[in-house]
Amino acid sequence: MPRLPGVTPDAALSLCELTVRYGGSGGRVAVDRLTLTAERGRVTALLGPNGAGKTSTIECCEGLRRVTSGTVRVLGLDPVSDSRALRSRVGVMLQDGGLPTGARAGEVLRHVAALHEDPEPPAELLTRLGLTEHTRTMVRRLSGGQRQRLSLAVALVGRPELVFLDEPSSGLDPQARRAVWDIVTELRSRGVTVILTTHLMDEAETLADHVVVIDHGHLVAEGSPAELTGGTADALTFGAPSGLDLLELAGALPAGATVAETTPGHYKVSGRPDTPLDPATVAAVTGWCAAQGILPEGLTLGRRSLEDVFLHLTGRQVR
Amino acid sequence: MRREPAEGSPEALRTSTGAPGSALGSRVRRAVAQAGFDTRIMLRNGEQLLLTMILPAIVLILLSRLAVPGVQLAPGERWVDLAAPGVLALAVISISFTGQAIGTGFDRRHGVLRMLATTPLGRSGLLTGRMLAVLAGELVQVILLGALALILGWRPTASGIPAAVLLVLLGTAAFVALGLFLAGTLRAEAVLAGANLAWVLLLAGGGVVAPSNAMGAWGSVARLLPSGALGDGLRAALIEGRLDLFAVLVLVVWVTIGAGLTVRFFRWE
Repeated sequence: MPRLPGVTPDAALSLCELTVRYGGSGGRVAVDRLTLTAERGRVTALLGPNGAGKTSTIECCEGLRRVTSGTVRVLGLDPVSDSRALRSRVGVMLQDGGLPTGARAGEVLRHVAALHEDPEPPAELLTRLGLTEHTRTMVRRLSGGQRQRLSLAVALVGRPELVFLDEPSSGLDPQARRAVWDIVTELRSRGVTVILTTHLMDEAETLADHVVVIDHGHLVAEGSPAELTGGTADALTFGAPSGLDLLELAGALPAGATVAETTPGHYKVSGRPDTPLDPATVAAVTGWCAAQGILPEGLTLGRRSLEDVFLHLTGRQVR
Repeated sequence: MRREPAEGSPEALRTSTGAPGSALGSRVRRAVAQAGFDTRIMLRNGEQLLLTMILPAIVLILLSRLAVPGVQLAPGERWVDLAAPGVLALAVISISFTGQAIGTGFDRRHGVLRMLATTPLGRSGLLTGRMLAVLAGELVQVILLGALALILGWRPTASGIPAAVLLVLLGTAAFVALGLFLAGTLRAEAVLAGANLAWVLLLAGGGVVAPSNAMGAWGSVARLLPSGALGDGLRAALIEGRLDLFAVLVLVVWVTIGAGLTVRFFRWE
C-alpha cells in the first residue's frame, strides 16, 4: 500500500487536508483543509460552535459523506471503499439518532445486535444505560434523553474498537449526562478509541485526552485540556463600577502585572509567564480598592477555563 | 474489549471458518434479520395493514358482487374471476410501491437508513432485506386475499400460476424501484401524499382492476403503465392460463426505468 503523505497509518483516525464542500464547486465550504490525528485508545473531542463543521467531519469518517478532497483513514482504512471491513469494527451514534420510531426500544437493540457477529448482550447494555424499564416502549414514546441513550447502546452493541459519538449528551438531563460520561470513561478504560463531537466545554474538559477546537471548518487549536487552558498567565478578575482609573491601579501593582477593563465593569489583572501573579498582587489590588472605597465583586484568581479558551478562539458572536 | 474465543469453542470455530462462503452466509443472515424486523413492524402498523390487506379485501368483495362497466363476461366466467387477479395486482402495488415508499421515506427522514448503513448490514443488505420483507408481505397477501377470493367462488386457472408468479416478481421489482425513487428524492410528507394519490389514481385509471381493453382510448395508455401491465398480465395468466408477453415487456422496461432513476437520484439523507 503506498504511503499517503500526512497520514499516520497506525492512528485510530487520521485526516489529511480534509475538505467538504456542499452543492458543487461554488457551494459552502463546511470543512476546510482539516488535518488531525486521533490516537488509539484515547478519547478525542472535536469541540466547536454550531456549524463549525464537526458533524460534516465525523460523517466523512463514518463513510456517510463523500469527501470533496483530502484523505480520511479510520483504523488505517478508507471509510468508503473499505466500509464493509470497518462497519463491524466501528460503532456510530448519529446526532439525529436514526432509530426506527415504530419499533420497541429493546427490539431495536436486539435487531442491531443480531447484525453483529459477537454482540454484547442487549439486556446488559440496557441495564447499564438505565433503559431496562423501557425495553417494551415504542421508540416514538421515549423521551429525548432515553432515545439518546438507546442510540448510544446501538453504537456500542457490536463491541466496537472505535466509536464515533456525535453530540452524545445533547438534550440530556444532568443524571443522564453523567451516565453517558461514565460509559465513555469505561470505554476508554477498556481500550476503546472514542471520537466525540461536542460544544460543551465541561464535557470536553472532563472526558477528552485530546481536544481539537474547530471553527469555520478549520482547526484552530488542539492539545490536552491542560495544554489548552494553560500556557497563559493566571489572571485575577473582579467586578467593580466601570471607569476605574486603570493607570493609577497599574501603578499600584507589582512589576510585570497589567490590568484591563475587559467589558464595562469587569476587570482583569494579568501576570506575565515570567512573573506570575503572587499574593502581593492580590494584596495590591484589594488594598487599592479599599483605598478607593470599592468592594470588588466576584474576585477570582485562577486559570482560564476551556470555555475562556474556546470563546477567545471562536469569538463571542452568537450563531 | 473483544473477548478472545477459547480454543475449540463454538465462537472459535465460527471465527476460524471465516472463508468467503461464510461471509456470504453472514450477509444473507443479516439481510434476513432485517427482513424479519421490517415485516414485524409492517404487520404492527395499522395504516400499512389498512393499505396492504384491508382495502384490497374490500375492493375484492365489492368487485365480486358488482358488474364492471364496459366489460362482458365470457360464458361460465364470474365477476370474481375477473376481480381476483386485479385485486392481487392492487395488493402488490399497495405493499411494494405505496407502503415501501412511505416506510422508506419516513425512515430516511428519521435517519434510520443512515444508522443501518453504519452497521454490518450496510446499504446493500438493507435493500436486500427490504425486498425480502416485501416478498414476505406479498406471501401473506396472496394467502389471505386468495383464500377470501376462493370463498367468494374464484376458480383460477392453475396452468397460469407460473406466469402469475413471474408477473408478480417483475411487478414487485418495478414498483419497489419506483417507490424507492419517490422515497429517496422527496420530503417524507410529500412521499406520503404522492404515494397515496398514485395508489388512488392507479386504482381508478391504471388498468389494475378494470382491464385496459375495457377503458376505451385511455386503455392503450393504461396498458403501458406498470399497473396496467401487471393487472392485464395477471388476468391473462389466471383467467386464460396464458403468459402475456407484452405485459412482461412493459414491466421489464419499467424495472429498468425505476432502477435507473433510483440509482441515479436516491439520497440516503
